[in-house]
Amino acid sequence: MSEHLAAVIGTGQTHHRAKRLDVSMAGLCREAIDRALADAGVDWPDIDAVVLGKAPDLFEGVMMPELFLADALGAAGKPLLRVHTAGSVGGSTGVVAASLVQSGVHRRVLAVAFEKQSESNAMWALSILPPFQMPVGAGAGGYFAPHVRSYIRRSGAPDHIGAIVAAKDRRNGAKNPFAHLHQPDITVESVQASQMLWDPIRYDETCPSSDGAAAVVIADEQAADATGRPAAWIHATAMRTEPTTFAGRDQVNPQAGKDAAAALWRKAGITDPLASIDTAEIYVPFSWFEPMWLENLGFAPEGSGWKLTEAGETDFGGRMPVNPSGGVLSSNPIGASGLLRFLEAAGQVMGRAGEHQVDGARKALGHAYGGGSQYFSMWVVGVDKPV
Amino acid sequence: MTEVAIIGFAQAPNVRATAGTTNGVEMLVPIFHDVLRDTGLAKSDIGFWCSGSSDYLAGRAFSFIAAVDAIGAFPPINESHVEMDAAWALYEAWVKIRTGEVDTALVYGFGKSSAGDLRRVLAMQLDPYTVTPLWPDSLAIAGLQARAGLDAGRWTEREMAEVAARSRADATTNPAAQRSGPLDVDELLTRPYLADPLRAHDCAPISDGAATIVLASAERARELCARPAWITGIAHRIDTAALGGRDLSTSSSARSAAADAGADGIEVAELHAPFTHQEILLRQAIGLDDRVRINPSGGALAGNPMFAAGLARIGEAANQVITGQARRALGHATSGPALQQNLVCVLEGRDS
Amino acid sequence: MTTTSEPLSAALNVGFDYTRSLGPVLGRFMTALRDRRIEGIRGSDGRVHVPPVEYDPGTAAPLTDWVEVGTEGTVRSWTWEPHPTEGQPLAHPFGWALIQLDGADTALLHAVDTGTSDQLHTGLRVRARWTENPVGAITDITCFEPLSNPPPAAPSTTDHDTPVTMLTVPIHLRFQHSASTGESRYLRGLAEGKLLGQRCPACEKVYIPPRGACPTDGVPTREEIELPDSGIVTTFCVVNVPFLGQRLKPPYVAAYILLDGADIAFLHLVLGCAADEVRMGLRVKAQWKPRDQWGTTLENIDHFAPTGEPDAPYESYAGHL
Repeated sequence: MSEHLAAVIGTGQTHHRAKRLDVSMAGLCREAIDRALADAGVDWPDIDAVVLGKAPDLFEGVMMPELFLADALGAAGKPLLRVHTAGSVGGSTGVVAASLVQSGVHRRVLAVAFEKQSESNAMWALSILPPFQMPVGAGAGGYFAPHVRSYIRRSGAPDHIGAIVAAKDRRNGAKNPFAHLHQPDITVESVQASQMLWDPIRYDETCPSSDGAAAVVIADEQAADATGRPAAWIHATAMRTEPTTFAGRDQVNPQAGKDAAAALWRKAGITDPLASIDTAEIYVPFSWFEPMWLENLGFAPEGSGWKLTEAGETDFGGRMPVNPSGGVLSSNPIGASGLLRFLEAAGQVMGRAGEHQVDGARKALGHAYGGGSQYFSMWVVGVDKPV
Repeated sequence: MTEVAIIGFAQAPNVRATAGTTNGVEMLVPIFHDVLRDTGLAKSDIGFWCSGSSDYLAGRAFSFIAAVDAIGAFPPINESHVEMDAAWALYEAWVKIRTGEVDTALVYGFGKSSAGDLRRVLAMQLDPYTVTPLWPDSLAIAGLQARAGLDAGRWTEREMAEVAARSRADATTNPAAQRSGPLDVDELLTRPYLADPLRAHDCAPISDGAATIVLASAERARELCARPAWITGIAHRIDTAALGGRDLSTSSSARSAAADAGADGIEVAELHAPFTHQEILLRQAIGLDDRVRINPSGGALAGNPMFAAGLARIGEAANQVITGQARRALGHATSGPALQQNLVCVLEGRDS
Repeated sequence: MTTTSEPLSAALNVGFDYTRSLGPVLGRFMTALRDRRIEGIRGSDGRVHVPPVEYDPGTAAPLTDWVEVGTEGTVRSWTWEPHPTEGQPLAHPFGWALIQLDGADTALLHAVDTGTSDQLHTGLRVRARWTENPVGAITDITCFEPLSNPPPAAPSTTDHDTPVTMLTVPIHLRFQHSASTGESRYLRGLAEGKLLGQRCPACEKVYIPPRGACPTDGVPTREEIELPDSGIVTTFCVVNVPFLGQRLKPPYVAAYILLDGADIAFLHLVLGCAADEVRMGLRVKAQWKPRDQWGTTLENIDHFAPTGEPDAPYESYAGHL
């Protein structure tokens, strides 16, 4: 437990779209930031420091864009940190911002994450082939599909599990006004009928490519109490990393994710995650990662995460709704996607999730991963202060 | 509140070009070995790891990921990364120890500038709509700043040359230095301009390199180090990005970071000044008078590995304290065009 | 050809024509440039910013108060570019300057064409020299020139009815990518048709390619092991999706190949059977390209093909997934 309590007091995000051609990079960030400041009921002089998270600079073609964005981020004259931990970066941005408050260094910190993928092309940026390599890479889907196949083989999960997740998350996304994709009428059958892109991953089981941003205001105990509104108290955070490849590496159920989860539950005082967590926002860019991460996070024994999915326990009305916001499958501004998971978890316990609110959510998980399933960051937030 | 100290520092030789990979592994493996040996720690003792590097320096997305191979990061590690000079990774690690969650941290930065055309790559840090499309290189931006200070009477070309001569002379005792040796100020002033008013001696070399620092909480620091370099203050600030919208001849971000960090009573300072005029500017902004010894390592003018050089300044300042040569030392790091972002770290030795 | 002891390196070119949406502030500035006009924006403190800033540097407030400024101004600082490079405003030596336009309080960075550096000084009065065909970009101003130059002929103007909303910025950078020492030995082995791995001195696992640092032990792999060109498919996917920069024509099977005797798999192609016949545990053998096409690359192996041997049991490779 850290020496100082910290809580999310406000959240904001953009309307995520394939191409947000109506705004500049600064304008995109500010759309999320202005909503977060308004939600928190604070103004610029209240913000002590800014943390910006973003995935590779090659996406936007700007080296360290936080430098040119300093004024738009309200950071001129203040401390500004730039985090980059691959796809988990949005989550790491939340963790770093939380630590700035938990350490007693700052009272109110603004965490911002964004990606404007339409400035270039993510498949291109992720598939740039260094010399001497075999040109078999095919973006993130090509990278993760073999490991999904391994999961299916190892767990014996039926083929339709991926489609169940995709249909659920897209239906949830239809309830979220900020989501990129709105597909209320999607079905398991229609997902299964969509094109196979990277066999065994289908088109409808794949995240979109989005422009978008997310922002949260994190405050210390006094500042959070002073808002007079529910806050999302940060009960625990955890980050873990392991190498991309090594002999004997478990790419389906990586040790780094298991270690991060174990540390997270320990710090949060949770012994039975499935019983304690009311809803989870888990980084699922390809549908099969829902059961994979349910196991990795300790919500289900290894090999049986898919049973929770199949039984509807991760849908609205189930034991633990997963990705009520629609998740990464409904919006994927890569650098912001992790912070969106953290932000949505906070929104649930603050009771401000709107149409996708999970009734009675008091404790929630936000989760992100990145690289070759090797960077993990996560937090637990609750409506009550941690004991 | 947990106090934090620097207990170890190591750096790779600064060289114009290494044969190694852009993920820095070849430079990092030996310095991890050195810093862990010197502190008596094993990798499993490290509570938190944090690094600084840049994808654009390597020309590849996610270039920092392979660097964790140099750690041997299995079992998994508690780790984070900033796309900044590793001095800001040190800041993140300092914060992490202050939360009480961990009691040791290893920070590292690396950069292989020789992989690309550094001075052109750095144009990618400018405003992407109104400045980068003109492709001004990093020497041009520094030249505009140097001229602004000359016009304002804040420094002279002779004073700039004197900084170069002193730095190169000091670097002769720094085994990691890329450039060292005697220079004659009068002769320097006859040489041609690279970017008027900057001559070659005014500009840091292009360097490949890496650096690492180990931090520890008060209790661990006392166990592991005879004379830890206690961090009594550390702060950083950023200025507006509009180059023509701020006074380039001074630095409000450096001034306020120094004030916040408590930069008084300093005996020796390591300033991250890749151009001679920037050393003078920083001394003025931070408030370091003539009694303060500046850059005994030779500073960035003797070697400037991007994303590691700022961390190395803090490491050099810490070494002054750890070895008992100074009681109070200051390490500074910069990032961005024309000193846009600045970090000041004040270190203190205590006689126990 | 480098000597055998030096690591291999090769050019890595990273290029993309970035498409930047401008938003209301930058869009209006660029639209004005296309009309050979320059507009600034008034900040919270009353200063007029040129180029306009979207948010005030002091208050972070969004700015909307526009002010047209002059196309003439004063050099506030300058430097000299003796050797212009690709993409810069002029091909001959020129000055870079911060130019405060008449009516503005901040300065714009651009090139100044004075021929020689001794003609350029702080305080010099300059005017914008416009390009023949402005499109709505900072490069619509070719450069600035001294007011003492003869005034330019009145430019032809074109009426535009749509505002500028996008900016294309080509960014092409060249890097030299280096392989590690161990990887270079492996690549030179490939050029001779050999598959060279190395064993980690700590964990004794066999890595192919060798590693500058064993990912679990942090020490370089060392003892060289020549591996056979046969092994198994551990797992795979079928790539059906075309994408920008793709080098192979879909569909193709991208598979992790675990060579016999290796402790780590690498990605390669599997051909020689229908894609839906590829399976986990399939035994495969390298199909090399003709020897005269070999270089220091894994592409010397065209693909892996099934051998017809019985599949490896799942338990034998379960620890490699």
